[in-house]
Amino acid sequence: MSDARSNILSRLRAGKPDIAATAAPTQVPLAKWDPRGRIEQFRGKMESVRAEVHLTPRDSWLALLQRLVDEKQISNLLYAPDGPLGEALSQAWKNRDHSPLICRTEAVDEWKEELFFNVGGAVTTCRWGIAETGTLVLWPTREEPRSFSLVPPVHIAVLEARDIYDTFADLVEKEKWNQGMPTNALLISGPSKTADIEQTLAYGVHGPVELIIIVITDES
Amino acid sequence: MQQTVEFHDRADRALHNPQIRSNFRYAMDGLMYKRKLSFPDLDELNRLRLRSAEIRANALVNLPELLEQLERRCNENGIQVHWAESVEEANAIVLGIMNRHNAKLLIKGKSMVSEEMELNRYLEQHGIECLESDLGEYILQLAGEPPSHIVAPAIHKSRQQIAQLFKEKFPEIPYTDDVDTLTRNARQILRRKFYDAPVGLSGVNFAVAETGTICLVENEGNGRMCTTVPPVHIAVTGIEKVVEKLSDIPPLLSILPRSATGQHITTYFNMITSPRKPDEKDGPDEVHLVLLDNGRSRIYRDEELIATLRCIRCGACMNHCPVYTRIGGHAYGTTIPGPIGSILEPQKAGLDRHGDLPTASTLCGACGEVCPVRIPIPELLNRLRFERVRQDHTGVTIGQGSQRNPWEARIWKGWSWMHANPAIYRLSIRIATGLRRLLPKRLGAWTRVRSAPRLAAKSLHTLAREKGFDHE
Amino acid sequence: MSLRKTYPKKPEQVYFFGTCLVDMLYPEAGLAGMQLLRREGVNVIYPQNQTCCGQPAWNSGYRDEARRVALTQMACFPQAYPIVVPSGSCAGMMRHHYPALFHGTPQHDAALAFSDRVFELTEFLSRVLKITLSDLGEPVKVALHVSCSARREMGVAGEHQALLEQLKNVELVAQGRSEECCGFGGTFAVKHPEISAAMVEEKATELVATGADSLVSGDCGCLMNITGHLEHRNEKLRGSHIASFLWERTHAADS
Repeated sequence: MSDARSNILSRLRAGKPDIAATAAPTQVPLAKWDPRGRIEQFRGKMESVRAEVHLTPRDSWLALLQRLVDEKQISNLLYAPDGPLGEALSQAWKNRDHSPLICRTEAVDEWKEELFFNVGGAVTTCRWGIAETGTLVLWPTREEPRSFSLVPPVHIAVLEARDIYDTFADLVEKEKWNQGMPTNALLISGPSKTADIEQTLAYGVHGPVELIIIVITDES
Repeated sequence: MQQTVEFHDRADRALHNPQIRSNFRYAMDGLMYKRKLSFPDLDELNRLRLRSAEIRANALVNLPELLEQLERRCNENGIQVHWAESVEEANAIVLGIMNRHNAKLLIKGKSMVSEEMELNRYLEQHGIECLESDLGEYILQLAGEPPSHIVAPAIHKSRQQIAQLFKEKFPEIPYTDDVDTLTRNARQILRRKFYDAPVGLSGVNFAVAETGTICLVENEGNGRMCTTVPPVHIAVTGIEKVVEKLSDIPPLLSILPRSATGQHITTYFNMITSPRKPDEKDGPDEVHLVLLDNGRSRIYRDEELIATLRCIRCGACMNHCPVYTRIGGHAYGTTIPGPIGSILEPQKAGLDRHGDLPTASTLCGACGEVCPVRIPIPELLNRLRFERVRQDHTGVTIGQGSQRNPWEARIWKGWSWMHANPAIYRLSIRIATGLRRLLPKRLGAWTRVRSAPRLAAKSLHTLAREKGFDHE
Repeated sequence: MSLRKTYPKKPEQVYFFGTCLVDMLYPEAGLAGMQLLRREGVNVIYPQNQTCCGQPAWNSGYRDEARRVALTQMACFPQAYPIVVPSGSCAGMMRHHYPALFHGTPQHDAALAFSDRVFELTEFLSRVLKITLSDLGEPVKVALHVSCSARREMGVAGEHQALLEQLKNVELVAQGRSEECCGFGGTFAVKHPEISAAMVEEKATELVATGADSLVSGDCGCLMNITGHLEHRNEKLRGSHIASFLWERTHAADS
């Protein structure tokens, strides 16, 4: 194995072509929006790939979430009790007869069967959004593991409008991604889909069938 | 020359199969249209292509250093890096990992490198089941066929053919040719497999040397499943897929899906930098990265042909290729079909095996025009046409001169002599135009679908003289 | 993809490189091109030692053979005059591929200087001579087929179209998949005749479906392929080279 390594590397070194790297890279202008336009761009792109986007003022996002869970008859909703939304979520359903919320704090391996076959939806935060392409950016954490946004048929994502960047390039640069990447960084743009049969779009292949995004704005 | 016959036979069969013809025509028309719509600003497209080409070319200039940096970062992050000179070595590495975990099922995300390795066949010979989870690849695995397109592998199959296939393989599921229902059925079948599989395998779209990050582009979520749920994740990649910096990724991610399918972005862009950390609750405990050479370091040595290695596997060249559109992917008989396959595969396997592929092009330039990393595919096809008949054996390409036919070579010698001797040329033209009525009306394959060209009574040389144009 | 050239001022003299296909099969197209140039007040020189640009051998991998023929052409055009070519394909060979053909040889600099002087006919008429055309012909519907090399290598699809649009009685009709290759490809049509046939069949079908009275192209390779197939199918539609078409519609009978 180490032979393969040194053989490959020495072949590459010996064969290194006499070509110089580009000194002055071509500039590709990046798209920009004002705050309102940014949200509209985000929403437009997301909706074009059949994600649901709901804008809400900060004080009513929980009510909106409750309405959506009721309307969509999500039987149970996975959430992270010690995540950023945990406290607010558990409070929200406290005074109702029936709470759809479920939480599992063990490693996913311990309750994989349930996750795969008995969870109706999951709610997570998002670290950032990207307006240009209508994209959620998740850096899953120990509280909100990556399976939450992948395995249940419905993924509800809560995003702060102020965390939406214009472009992926801008986000990577401003948030200094090169100084430390998480185990898994995810860009999610819509529900899971395929066009493998006759180029016909079908949603919900292996990942969520529905992606619902609640964007919290600070405007009233 | 064996291959020539095989290629012609396969191409012929495809040409006479109306289902293949219409499936590809319809699909390629759609893909071309969608790509065009996704690049409304031609200046942006131009700049993005230039930038993407620079990123890929720069990465190749520093390839050995970047591979070492990638390995170092991966090691720091806990990803185990393996190097393979050949597909045999790569297959053995994967088998070794499977055996160490006593694993009998491998669930796979879409990976063209694993096709190149013929990994499924290899592992099955060793008693391990491989299961494709990309819907298109899964359909093909059921049908026992290879992919015919690198992005849309089952594009040659119609909905009805797929419905029939499901009916045969899963008689317990009610017949349907509804795409949504077929998709839902596949979801149910494969979900259990994701749950069960001890090891998942994926390809790699980009590997970032700066951070040791493996990037995967996909729509279905099967790639995320394969890299998230099983306790072990193996990523296989060609050594050329590395890029230098994380900031190289946004432009490439911007141009890849748009070039491929006209999507502004894919549903998922999955960036993996380490296995599960001690306090994390999911993700694989082990992540392996297999770096495969298989001829790439040889292609690397040629200043011109090295551009082949810039490819980011978007498939735009095949979508726009009028030859591919007519004959489909299977006719090429290679892992990667279409224009990029016609330059890549003969370099990998040798011109003695695939020497006919570089000739299967009109050099219309559509491929080069749309290539997001500006690979000059027509020029490289031309270069390989030279390699296949050259006699001096001084370059790096395997099978140089193997397609040189002495009869054909003599014709070109004669042609060259005639056209390099103006007096002989003029005399020949005069004789030919004089005898034009005696020329045959049938000219082999040409006149099977065309009338024969008719020589003029007087050549332009003669007319120019007669009409008083200066000749110096 | 073609790099936009900077164009010279209108010269007093130009060379005309007729191309071998025009020489043998479509000499009237070459003559028409030369007459169009002459009418604009340019002295046109047709060196009698010209033969072929060398492209057939170049595209077949026979580079030594192509180089020998190319050298013969370069010797035919000694003065620094522009070289005008009534073919996107041959002009593309001489402008874009001569430098590669002579790469690493003592003639490389000469090839670069030579290729810089090469112009495709419609490009030269519009960009350098800024020709204005007045149509003397009857109303006619025309389908334009731009060769792949004219479109992609030389970037002159717009010039083809603009010249035809100057003719007030000519209606340019749109066709499906206009950017797709006709399937000629030089030796491709010989090496892969079945694929080539499939391509020209579809191209001809698109062209016939336009309902055009006439087909115009700037490249005789495509014309030979498409019109050969149209004749074989007994279609009414016939084609002519753009130079012939422009000349016939714009010159008074006595000129």
